[in-house]
Amino acid sequence: MLLDSLFNGVAIGSVLLVAALGLAIVFGLMGVINLAHGELMMLGAYTTYVTQLIFKLPLLKPYYNAYVIVSIFFAFIVSGVVGILLEKAVIRKLYGSPLETLLATWGVSLILQQFVRSVPLAYGTGLVLSLIIGLFLPSVFSSKVKDSINFKYVKFSSWIFAALAGVLSGNLISSSVSKLSRASARNVDVTAPAWMRGQVEILGTAFPKTRLMIIIITLISVIAITLFLNQSAWGMRIRAVTQNREMCDCLGISTEKVDVLTFGIGSGLAGVAGVAVSLLGSVGPNVGGNYIVGCFMVVVLGGVGNLLGTIFASFGIGIMTDLIGAGRLLSIWPDMPLPLSNTINFFATTSMARVMIFALIVIFLQFKPTGLFPQKGRMVES
Amino acid sequence: MGQLPNLNEFMRISRRILAGLATASLAVSVTSCGGGSDTSGSFDDTVTVGILHSLSGTMAISESTLVDTEKMAIAEINAAGGVTVGGKSYKIDYIVEDGASDWPTFAEKSKKLIDQDGVPVVFGGWTSASRKAMLPVYESKDAFLYYPIQYEAQECSNNIFYTGASPNQQSEPATDFMYKRSPAAGKPFFLVGSDYVFPRTSNTITKEQLKSLGGTVVGEDYLPLGNTEVAPIISKIKKALAPSGGGVIINTLNGDQNVAFFKQIQDAGITPSNGYYVMNYSIAEEEISTIGPEFLEGHYGAWNYMMSIDTPESKKFAADFKALYGSDRVVADPQESAYNMVYLWKQAVEDADTFENSAVREALVGQTFDAPQGPVEVMPNHHLAQTVRIGLIKPEGGFEILEETDGVVFPQAWNQFEPSSKGYACDWTDPSKGERYKL
Repeated sequence: MLLDSLFNGVAIGSVLLVAALGLAIVFGLMGVINLAHGELMMLGAYTTYVTQLIFKLPLLKPYYNAYVIVSIFFAFIVSGVVGILLEKAVIRKLYGSPLETLLATWGVSLILQQFVRSVPLAYGTGLVLSLIIGLFLPSVFSSKVKDSINFKYVKFSSWIFAALAGVLSGNLISSSVSKLSRASARNVDVTAPAWMRGQVEILGTAFPKTRLMIIIITLISVIAITLFLNQSAWGMRIRAVTQNREMCDCLGISTEKVDVLTFGIGSGLAGVAGVAVSLLGSVGPNVGGNYIVGCFMVVVLGGVGNLLGTIFASFGIGIMTDLIGAGRLLSIWPDMPLPLSNTINFFATTSMARVMIFALIVIFLQFKPTGLFPQKGRMVES
Repeated sequence: MGQLPNLNEFMRISRRILAGLATASLAVSVTSCGGGSDTSGSFDDTVTVGILHSLSGTMAISESTLVDTEKMAIAEINAAGGVTVGGKSYKIDYIVEDGASDWPTFAEKSKKLIDQDGVPVVFGGWTSASRKAMLPVYESKDAFLYYPIQYEAQECSNNIFYTGASPNQQSEPATDFMYKRSPAAGKPFFLVGSDYVFPRTSNTITKEQLKSLGGTVVGEDYLPLGNTEVAPIISKIKKALAPSGGGVIINTLNGDQNVAFFKQIQDAGITPSNGYYVMNYSIAEEEISTIGPEFLEGHYGAWNYMMSIDTPESKKFAADFKALYGSDRVVADPQESAYNMVYLWKQAVEDADTFENSAVREALVGQTFDAPQGPVEVMPNHHLAQTVRIGLIKPEGGFEILEETDGVVFPQAWNQFEPSSKGYACDWTDPSKGERYKL
């Protein structure tokens, strides 16, 4: 009973956490209000769908069971690349002007939504593929080539190659997978492979396997990102730049590169969240919009600029949602006085539980406006 | 060796080609948007009707199928000689307006269709919210709206004609079936729905009905629209229904929330094989194929029309629709309602021998039509008497019809289980009765 409740709370919390993790980096560390975060999740979810269909082709059929794992990497790359482009094309120009960033990214989110509605997924896949090739192909050349004066021609020709590859693969996919060849505003469905469906029994309590899978994905993402930020050289640079940009600039850290990298990783994590979300519900143009408010809520509650806060906040909200929404307080304390139990019963529906949680968060933020774990340190702004 | 055209000339040529292409594509789009069927056959005149559904936004997926069906019905009527009024044959033309899944837009476009285009009738709407937004427009202008969706009733306008099921034509027979004759007969009920007016009203009716049947409702929960986190609901269902070894779940969730719900209840072991049976009020053939029959297999649905009805009319309806729009398309209850209402309007106009609203309204009551679902009749409360069917969802999709009512069920605009409307009815043929009178 208690185990069941705890598991449910953790399960709800881990969906929130995996969705908010990317935002915690983009919004928390970089201070960019990215309203297109939900749409980057949506791209991850669609990547899962496309991967699923491609793995149904005769050639890849034997490996079908592994498609979810593969799609996690694909989704990270796809959303990451789109995120990098977004940073380079839109957000870079708008650092330091949050209102404009907010409006611009909202516009981008509408564009991305309409894109998946009106472009056949096969061609969308081709386009994304050519973007990936175009961005990464120049970096595989040796530094001798890179430093040469003619490198811009190399770059240019690799973009042409990328465009060709994109068109070809788009056509190939559209001719071999008929479901991807037509544009559709209809929601699509990702079906988990057989080994991920059903439930496992631990200590007499049954746990749905998809939920366990999401918890594992979340756990791995959190560990990987923590290790990256704390152990790797680039992670150190990211943290340094978020703490004092001017000083880093002076010390020779390329803040431009750091910005691209940070935004790319944050966006990639949104893609991973998209995979997780696609396992729970259907995949559609609006799927990201359903999560974006929750993501901002988690990051603000946890304390901007603090991953630990995000983790605590999402599990806190998850457990509260389960305690209030499933009416568990009553079964924990069955003979509570009547007025109190009536109140709790009133809030024991999913929609009222949301109201209650939002209210509690607002009250909490009245007393601690900087969230659970406020960022300490000598920020330039403060 | 001929001289190569220089760049300027090349540009000029290509611009001309482009312009030609643009004109050609414009011409194509004009003919395809022009409406109506081909102009073959001779008509004395044309009458233009309004079609008002969402062609963009979240409801577009569902509502565009209604536009397709209404166009098909109009084309059929035109091919059979159009509408005959005053000895003249009229070709039906239509203007399609986009409600854009936005309720005020429905009201605005209704005004446009009535005032500017002067249409005698508008076929339109899907959500109750859009209907409620349009209602004052039609009442103030004394115009006529035909609304094809099964809904919560508790409304009876002189200016709206409802061809979908009222609750006593869908949820009541379904509850009766689940409580008495389903594999979970006699077991407790749990009600799940999206948080808006239809599920809440429908569930109030179900609760009252179960009270009178002697059944129990052990829980009720609503998911905010757009929310797909169903974990708390699942643990509540398990807690409430597990002690009695399963039970009945009445589901009025909307659209995509169904996908999340069915995926997750299956993972949680809430399946027919474990004794849990879900009765659905908003899952038709179209939704079964979207959600995936593997998640829905063994659960139930209740509708007036199901594609698997084995009559020549039903088969012809499905075959005609597929022939027109593609073999992968399906027909479902809302489409059948939309199809019926166009024909009923045509019959009423011909009986009244005028397009004038009040005469058509009078002529409409009592009209009968051999619909794909079987005979239907317009009742004095502007709703339709129709047959109710209970279907079991098959592993390959679609319904296996388990039972159907013996003849038509008469519609109740005011529900007799809901305490606030008990004992009331609606009758527009008698001026002393009107919208709401005591029985």
